[in-house]
Amino acid sequence: MSATFVGMPAFPEAARAATGDAQLRHNLRRATHTIRDKRAAVVGELDDWAGLRAAGKAVKDRTLRHLDVYLERFEAAVTAAGGQVHWAADAAEANRVVTDLVLATGERDVVKVKSMATQEIELNQALAEAGITAYETDLAELIVQLSDDLPSHILVPAIHRNRAEIREIFRDRMAAWGAPAPDGLGDDPRALAEAARVHLRERFLRTRVAVSGANFAVADTGTLVVLESEGNGRMCLTLPDTLISVVGIEKLVPTWSDLEVFLQLLPRSSTGERMNPYTSTWTGVTPGDGPQEVHVVLLDNGRTDVLADTVGRQALRCIRCSACLNICPVYERTGGHAYGSVYPGPIGAILTPQLRGTGGAVEAALPFASSLCGACYEVCPVAIDIPEVLVHLREEVAGGAGHRAERAAMGAAGWVLGDRRRLDAAQRAASAARSLAPRHLPGPGAAWTDTRDLPEIPEESFRSWWRRRSGPGEGAR
Amino acid sequence: MSGSRERILGRVRAALADVPAAERPDDVAVPRDYAAAHGGGERVALFAERVADYRAVVHRVPADGLAEALARALARRGARRVAVPADLPGDWLAAADAVAVPDGALPVAELDAVDGVVTGCAVAIAETGTIVLDAGAAQGRRVLTLVPDYHLCVVRADQVVDAVPQALPRLDPRRPLTWISGPSATSDIELDRVEGVHGPRTLEVVITE
Ligand code: SF4
Repeated sequence: MSATFVGMPAFPEAARAATGDAQLRHNLRRATHTIRDKRAAVVGELDDWAGLRAAGKAVKDRTLRHLDVYLERFEAAVTAAGGQVHWAADAAEANRVVTDLVLATGERDVVKVKSMATQEIELNQALAEAGITAYETDLAELIVQLSDDLPSHILVPAIHRNRAEIREIFRDRMAAWGAPAPDGLGDDPRALAEAARVHLRERFLRTRVAVSGANFAVADTGTLVVLESEGNGRMCLTLPDTLISVVGIEKLVPTWSDLEVFLQLLPRSSTGERMNPYTSTWTGVTPGDGPQEVHVVLLDNGRTDVLADTVGRQALRCIRCSACLNICPVYERTGGHAYGSVYPGPIGAILTPQLRGTGGAVEAALPFASSLCGACYEVCPVAIDIPEVLVHLREEVAGGAGHRAERAAMGAAGWVLGDRRRLDAAQRAASAARSLAPRHLPGPGAAWTDTRDLPEIPEESFRSWWRRRSGPGEGAR
Repeated sequence: MSGSRERILGRVRAALADVPAAERPDDVAVPRDYAAAHGGGERVALFAERVADYRAVVHRVPADGLAEALARALARRGARRVAVPADLPGDWLAAADAVAVPDGALPVAELDAVDGVVTGCAVAIAETGTIVLDAGAAQGRRVLTLVPDYHLCVVRADQVVDAVPQALPRLDPRRPLTWISGPSATSDIELDRVEGVHGPRTLEVVITE
């Protein structure tokens, strides 16, 4: 639980360490390619994918351009339904609000369903300081928590672990957290899942307070929506007396019927399923059913800074499907930890520097952790033009004071692009896509291209872009 | 805390300085030219096929064959005591040997000890093989279909819609909803899909028509 991203080495160093780890690279490659294929198959089933994508983008844009209206509407609806809304300007305030709410119940244990927002604010650490133990219940999060590790993927946080490693972790660590692993535990995924079920069962049935995030928050009705697979979400959302949900202000959608777009886009784009096993929706308190005390903590923590940047704003459309991670040649080689944040991959490369500013070494390096091949834009279900934002952020870093920018850029780019073979591999993929791509693709690819031009894979390689910016032998100013 | 409310709303408004003051939310056009459904064939057949894709067990029976079908399913499962919502239609389990334990406010430990649960549903979605429960008629509160390891669910053919866009208008967001697409599953270990972590590990669906 002490694991944290603070003080991570900046991207190039972390990336270099990661690329040297053959097991990690093998696990990652297998995993990302598996999800990519599944996703392509279920997205290909829908001949109107391009239409859904355009609608998803527009609904989010409508929400963001009038976010104040929707936030107030959401608050009123939740309140009318018996829930309580809290506002948190930053991580410290959100942690304080949640800690106080838990302490007020008199409980010292909480169960958690996977939530990026609570990882972002490092809620578990804050709760621990107040003597409260937070139990992660998502299988992958459990693996990460038991091994005192960090998540490396949005959807599959333990993507960097194989079954043999997971068995070791369960065998060595479960007893310290609750029910021990059964004797003679094997490494069959079925047996490992069963061990997790047994380990958490009694915890679920006993714990009185749960903390969750939300995938969507409906402004009109005050409804929160959580998509999941295992049922740990349902356990957390249903069994406790008190439910506290930490929700980024960008999670809003205007109306109930807008969900018809996102409940099609997200499962297919994320896990590559027509629908995920379980989706729960709840609106305030339902007498006699589920938690009778329901809190929603609306979190800013840098999001309004992202909103203020008219180019970078689009990053707030993100529905955290992780398709951009799975397609990214850089992510595939480095893994998630190299990004120094709970938001890895291409989305992390644009979100983290915007949320935290580009002052730190990691944040300044992230916009350079890309070959600008454009594959992330292509797969994004809400059409976030990640390359556009990356270039925009590079300009911002390059415009910063002193030699900071040069160091950040050459450090990161040096890793991705400095090694001839890596560069060639990345660029080959990119330019293959480029030269093969007419403005509109026929066949299944049409889903991606019908409503828009193909992503601009930059003419210019990073090397020449950097040379042009900085001049030979000169640092950027 | 109200200080933060005003501060955040103030920051949002400042961040949106580029949005013209006269612009209303609806002025931001949302193209709605996606399909209402994707034409996957006969609705109930498609639903049955898609549910089965999730490795759930599916049966199609005539309406007057329901009690028989439920009795057979419970016998096959070896279920002797099954939880049911208090308003489960009396004739559903008329032919079953299993004892029905009606939910009033059954303690969770009790739910953990039964052999399964039998319910109806609110809506079903053919294209995605999804069953939606809304805690309404013949469904009971959410925990009822969560804690038992076996869920036997009855879907009437007239409850099946083509696709997600037809389901939402039939559902009341003020009710707590559970959308179920197959049994509980995880792909967290090397992306091998394994049925059953915390929710019911076996889902059996009887479609009446
Ligand atoms: S940026 Fe797009 S592709 Fe990446 S996680 Fe977000 S929604 Fe998915």
